[in-house]
Amino acid sequence: MKKEQDYIRDIAEIRTMMERSSKFLSLAGWAGIMAGIYALVGAFVAYSIFGFNPQEIYNPSEEPGAEFSKVIFLALAILLLAIGTAILLSFRKAAKKGEKLWNPTAKRLLINMSVPLSAGGILLLIFIWHDLIGLIAPLSLIFYGLALFSAGRYTFKEIKTLGLIQVGLGLIASCFVEYGVLLWAVGFGVFHIVYGISMHFNYEK
Amino acid sequence: MKISIEGLNKAFESRVRLGIMSALAVNESYDFSSLKEFLDVTDGNLASHLKALEKEGFIEVEKTFVDRKPNTRYIITGEGRTAFEEHLKALEKLIKSQK
Repeated sequence: MKKEQDYIRDIAEIRTMMERSSKFLSLAGWAGIMAGIYALVGAFVAYSIFGFNPQEIYNPSEEPGAEFSKVIFLALAILLLAIGTAILLSFRKAAKKGEKLWNPTAKRLLINMSVPLSAGGILLLIFIWHDLIGLIAPLSLIFYGLALFSAGRYTFKEIKTLGLIQVGLGLIASCFVEYGVLLWAVGFGVFHIVYGISMHFNYEK
Repeated sequence: MKISIEGLNKAFESRVRLGIMSALAVNESYDFSSLKEFLDVTDGNLASHLKALEKEGFIEVEKTFVDRKPNTRYIITGEGRTAFEEHLKALEKLIKSQK
């Protein structure tokens, strides 16, 4: 006959299998830390070198701003760098656990994030088209936050809190457009780093 | 359906079967190759356990074609969910009674 420990082990195993089969747990804490660092560097470069600091929502451009297109390229470069780092580090974390990175949970996570992210991305392009430059930083925070919130069901639940913080910062930034770049740096920079560090110590130590 | 005195379902005695039921209980469906990877078992081993659970009426098989390749998905049945939940309850009860 089985002993108590066997039953406890059975239940513990069932719980982990349920979690492991439904949640993407290869997301590395370091990916958050690195993304935060990239964002801080990017915000600093955009602000102090390219002078990107919209004071109003509506910024009609008299001449096609060469500096502004640099800001867009900078933002895209940071985005690619952050995604690349996240994939690489998660790949390594998955390999360490003897798992594959691409599995049904990874797929579901991406599908659920892609809806708010692509809606937000397209809306940002439309706003740039209409010279509503002051709303770029607030809206990217809001849509990214929504994506994280919906990702929370498919990965570490802490990511929901991070999402709500980003949405909150985005809404504040929509009211105080002149602080948009600063709040963007706080959300994408500081909070990514805080999240990454806490994940690293809670789950990877 | 064989159930022991303690209320444990004989169909769930193996680790692989518990794994299959755990995965299917919290996911809409799971395909063969993902299950195989998740449980880290061989094709033959997984297939025999799946067959056994299917025979009990605990899981359903759905065969489709994805890019002209056969794709087999497994879904938990209502009966399977009830049996699995009963099994979990029985396990918890046993732990409590032995304390």
